[in-house]
Amino acid sequence: MTQTAQPTSLDEVVIRFAGDSGDGMQLVGNQFSNTSALAGNDLSTFPDYPAEIRAPVGTTFGVSGFQVRFASKKIHTPGDHCDVLVAMNPAAFKVHVEALKPGGILLVNTGNFDGKNLKKAGYETSPLEDMRYKEQFNLVEINLNTAVIHAVEGTGLSSKDALRSKNILALGMLYWVYSRSLEPTEQWLKEKFSKKPMVLEANLKALHAGVKIAENSELLQTQHTIAPAPLEAGAYKNLMGNAALSMGLVAGAELAELPLFLGSYPITPASDILHYLARYKNYGVVTFQAEDEIAAIAAAIGASFSGSLGVTATSGPGIALKSEAMGLAVMTELPLLVINVQRGGPSTGLPTKTEQADLLQALFGRHGECPVPVIAPYSSSDCFHAAIEAIKMAVQYMTPVILLSDASIANGAEPFLIPDLDSLEKFPAQKAKTEENFMPYRRDEKTLARPWAVPGTPGLEHRIGGLEKSDGSGDIDYSPKNHETMVGLRNDKVQRIANTYAPLAVYGEDQGDLLVVGWGSTYGAIRSAVRNAQSNGQSVSHVHLRNLWPLPLDLQDILKSFSKVLIPEMNSGQLLRILRSEYLIDAVGYSKIQGQPFATQEIYDHIQTIF
Amino acid sequence: MSLSYKKKDFVSDQDVRWCPGCGDYAILSAAQQVFAKLDIPKENFVVVSGIGCSSRFPYYVNTFGFHTIHGRAPAIASGVKIANPDLDVWVVTGDGDALSIGGNHIIHAARRNVNMTVLLFNNRIYGLTKGQYSPTSDPGTKTGSTPYGSLDTPFNPITLMLGAGAGFVARTVDTQIPHMKSVIEAAHAYQGFSFVEILQNCVIFADKVFEHITEKGIRDSRQVNLMHGEPLVYGNDLEKGLQFTADGLKIVAADQADTWDAQQRDAAKAYQICQSQENGEFPVPIGIFHSVERATLDAQVHAQIAETTEKLGKGSLTSLLQSGEIWNVGEK
Repeated sequence: MTQTAQPTSLDEVVIRFAGDSGDGMQLVGNQFSNTSALAGNDLSTFPDYPAEIRAPVGTTFGVSGFQVRFASKKIHTPGDHCDVLVAMNPAAFKVHVEALKPGGILLVNTGNFDGKNLKKAGYETSPLEDMRYKEQFNLVEINLNTAVIHAVEGTGLSSKDALRSKNILALGMLYWVYSRSLEPTEQWLKEKFSKKPMVLEANLKALHAGVKIAENSELLQTQHTIAPAPLEAGAYKNLMGNAALSMGLVAGAELAELPLFLGSYPITPASDILHYLARYKNYGVVTFQAEDEIAAIAAAIGASFSGSLGVTATSGPGIALKSEAMGLAVMTELPLLVINVQRGGPSTGLPTKTEQADLLQALFGRHGECPVPVIAPYSSSDCFHAAIEAIKMAVQYMTPVILLSDASIANGAEPFLIPDLDSLEKFPAQKAKTEENFMPYRRDEKTLARPWAVPGTPGLEHRIGGLEKSDGSGDIDYSPKNHETMVGLRNDKVQRIANTYAPLAVYGEDQGDLLVVGWGSTYGAIRSAVRNAQSNGQSVSHVHLRNLWPLPLDLQDILKSFSKVLIPEMNSGQLLRILRSEYLIDAVGYSKIQGQPFATQEIYDHIQTIF
Repeated sequence: MSLSYKKKDFVSDQDVRWCPGCGDYAILSAAQQVFAKLDIPKENFVVVSGIGCSSRFPYYVNTFGFHTIHGRAPAIASGVKIANPDLDVWVVTGDGDALSIGGNHIIHAARRNVNMTVLLFNNRIYGLTKGQYSPTSDPGTKTGSTPYGSLDTPFNPITLMLGAGAGFVARTVDTQIPHMKSVIEAAHAYQGFSFVEILQNCVIFADKVFEHITEKGIRDSRQVNLMHGEPLVYGNDLEKGLQFTADGLKIVAADQADTWDAQQRDAAKAYQICQSQENGEFPVPIGIFHSVERATLDAQVHAQIAETTEKLGKGSLTSLLQSGEIWNVGEK
């Protein structure tokens, strides 16, 4: 034992794991997150991985990263810079070293800092020889390759197989540094490798070896603790956005008393929704992996027509393919949920990176005047609640609804406060009952919704379709005035949804110098930046829009109560364009279009340029 | 229980808007007569169509109907049937709708064996867009989009469906009403994806395109009706027959004709017989090419749900929220 000091307590730590896409960085990142969640910390994660499943080994474009921020206080973002960088090879070092805070722990696997790997990363000589890094950081050099081969001796695994556990050894080292329990990861390994005892033994040995190495070497001198965060009382689980969204879909369908049908086609970063829902068979969920994006939404529309809640989940390119079918759902006024987990575009773009560039597509990207309500969750756990809200809207207003998530909240995780069952209000779907002279387009006075007449109900036989129809009877009607009336009715119906919104919450004073308006996943960074500016005494408030169409009725008054309005977005100013045109205000935008979320500091710095 | 429907029970109050003389009228009437005979509650019928002349069909049938978007009817119908397997699902489509813009959907519905009956009205032309050549038009067809004659090779809808793995594949003719009704009935009786190509005459843009095989007086010698378990005979007096030989199909005397077996899993003979050229020496086959039972996707989806529910217990909001690793903060 080289040290006996008591662990020191820290408020928060940011760790970034970086390595080849085959190095298991996402795996150890998730393990560290789960363990920290179970320790009661608040946390936020940001996985950042390449589009290639196994990019060429050792290259910078093959680097896979996972950032986890865990804290003894409430946090909103995965953090800007990291306190610890684990770099499994020179490429990971090169891509991520700039993100490490001065004085931070730089843990490198020297086993991979050889000529070949250095060359692939574009280094002539090893950067570890550069004194700059030794001075600036707490450089921890360890040959994880030999360490892990040594650690798993006796298990019978070949050296090649043994090397696969080097990520687990690194995880063990960090578990020691931050006084984490090994138990959750041990349990997970036991379940995962229950049928491969040799691999299980090797991983358990690697994990414990990591702890021993950290404890006994002089590489890592200090141990820390991070106390549980003062989260709202209740039960929690650690959920990624796509998992929370999937649970929200199942819950929403239960609350609507409808069977859930998902039609989907594999696409990054939305496929996990299909994976999760496919597991919920004992909840009666039907999943249909369609032949293409169009068939996926078409089948969902067919399911809604026949009495289920039809849902389709995709990303931007898939939305483009579905837009004609969305028009059919608008015309036939059927409930439908269309989920877009946004990624960098256009075209294939940045399939694994985040962006908010599909807002205008969601609002206007269909032919004809084709209004669809749009809702955007603001965090991973809000995906659960947004899904329920979207389903309620779809069913009560007989309309397709677009839910705009994005790659950063879809893949990012945070503690999810499990809601009380009593807080989840039921909203059973109303289906038309047998009657004489049934009118398929007779409207509800309050919502303007038409009845949902499900096949199998005697006396309600009727025909619907994409052709313009006469209000009331639903018969085909091409007369000029009727078309104008129907376009107006479809629009009014969607606008009425704004009457159901909760009042907007302004964070900070409700009038002042600057209002920062955001939507979607930028919530955390904006909220943290605004809080920091407020603590300087600056007159800055934040309002976050969850409902993007129709716009909230109280937004105009709020906007007009501030001298300036700033709208940070991960696009070139889409909400900006909407708010400027809707409210004739001189709002300004702040764009980041790099496939990466905003850092709190970036928004804070930008706020400073306005004062 | 007998519901004793009449054809008129399946006639809607909408004016039929097809051109006078269109083959669609005969198909509509035949389908309405078959619907009335099936003894299925009217409210359980769902007729789904895409876009095109044929796809106006649902408006004229007094059942639940869904006139959807171009080419997508099989996909929408798949959703209807998988979500609600109690419904009796029909798809009405055309050669452009099903084989061009909707080609991907029809092959996958066939492959999956979703239980539905597909009626493809093949008139070898785009009618509603005023006469462009279609994926079933003969090479050399002169239309607005091919003023010097079309160049591409057409699909044979029967070989396409056999290739896609459809369990039931048949062909009939709009002017041969009793045959059409019997084929539609057989298609409906088949449990799974059943496909019927109906040779249909467009009087405006492709009039008499099938005349050389369907005209009264010559059709008996130009068509052979495939009936399971019956000999492959044709001719005005059923004097000719077909025999499969190592060298291919051979015309023989009726008493030497092979017996047609539509239930062979291997569809090789169905492929072979439907290759006969309309202008060649062999007759054009109509009737039932292939009828082989296999499990439907809709039934399997619900069986898997039932099996999983049996194994894991029925999910509830509580089990949904309380699953996985959970920790408590504060008093709980």
